[in-house]
Amino acid sequence: MSSATKASRIGEELWKTRVDKVNAELVTLTYGTIVAQLCQDYDGNYQEVNKQLEKMGYNIGMRLIEDFLAKSNVGRCANFRETADMIAKVGFRIFLNIAPTVTNWTSDNNQFSLVFDENPLADFVELPDDGRAQDELWFSNILCGVLRGALEMVQMQIEAHFVSDVLRGDDTTEMRVSLVRYIEDEMPPDEE
Amino acid sequence: MSYYFTVLSPTDVPLFNIAFGTSKSGGDGIARFRFPDTAQYMNQFIIHSSLDVVEEAQWMNGNMYLKHIDTYPPASAYISAFLTPSGARFLLLHQPPQLPTNASSATTGSSSLLGSSFSGSAGSSSRASASSVAANPTSPQTEEAVRQFMTEVYENYVKTVMSPFYRQGMEIKSSVFRSKVTAAGRKWL
Repeated sequence: MSSATKASRIGEELWKTRVDKVNAELVTLTYGTIVAQLCQDYDGNYQEVNKQLEKMGYNIGMRLIEDFLAKSNVGRCANFRETADMIAKVGFRIFLNIAPTVTNWTSDNNQFSLVFDENPLADFVELPDDGRAQDELWFSNILCGVLRGALEMVQMQIEAHFVSDVLRGDDTTEMRVSLVRYIEDEMPPDEE
Repeated sequence: MSYYFTVLSPTDVPLFNIAFGTSKSGGDGIARFRFPDTAQYMNQFIIHSSLDVVEEAQWMNGNMYLKHIDTYPPASAYISAFLTPSGARFLLLHQPPQLPTNASSATTGSSSLLGSSFSGSAGSSSRASASSVAANPTSPQTEEAVRQFMTEVYENYVKTVMSPFYRQGMEIKSSVFRSKVTAAGRKWL
């Protein structure tokens, strides 16, 4: 059995048995309000909004990984490919009830794309019509931060960013994730 | 048949408006109002003047759809209204196609290009639409068609105002909403 089907089975099972559900519109409207408020606070500086969303996500991810491991009870992934399946089929399933497709691997197995067929964070959303938001704002950028924060806590330094978004008029919503390095345990410098 | 549709906030601020023509019975989806030169202002005037009737009618029963509520005979304009629970008003002005006999006199003032295309299409479509929804603005079928239209627009209105970047009472600029309204018009009217 491939790791992908195994992961989706685990995700399915957990979603049914271990996860507390909340109303999707509550999540959507809350997140939408946060983004809209940030856009207002930073006066339409969308680069800064993206950065803040990523930072928020990072802080969420660092805690969320603990919850994820406690709920899923899965062990260490053998390689980055398995990690990707775990994120897509288990992580996204239990927290957002979606399972993005893992695709576009580079040959060194260090970079992949997550393609989102649906995105509960972006329901109802239409980006502001000011001529810049369509080119600059990554509405769901918090997800990049969540992945970075979560993986950092399990010794993986990654970089994640969106490359396309249906909100901008693209055909798909795609996030690019690249592994920077595995973080080794290091001795503090002054220890004998 | 020509239509003018507008959304008004509870405080009577216009949020959205669109003019379109019927697509059924040989119509081509382009609005052709009785007085093309002044239609834009006249329609707004007529539709807003019916607000008094809306305010009277809205307490008569609990329905959101108020059906045909007002008529303005000089332009033979009929107005139907729909209320959302939060107090937004949807008003639809519909003007049945002109009889071919009046077409020449009414269009003499307008440009010859517009006039000729207007009378040509009115003549060809009048027979097809004589018994259709468009020709009988107060018939039960029309009431039902308009109700379907209003309900569909209402669903899309709800989605539009749920967008986090939309603030209450702001003009609806969404092109998605505009195209949805056009599509609903094409489907039901």
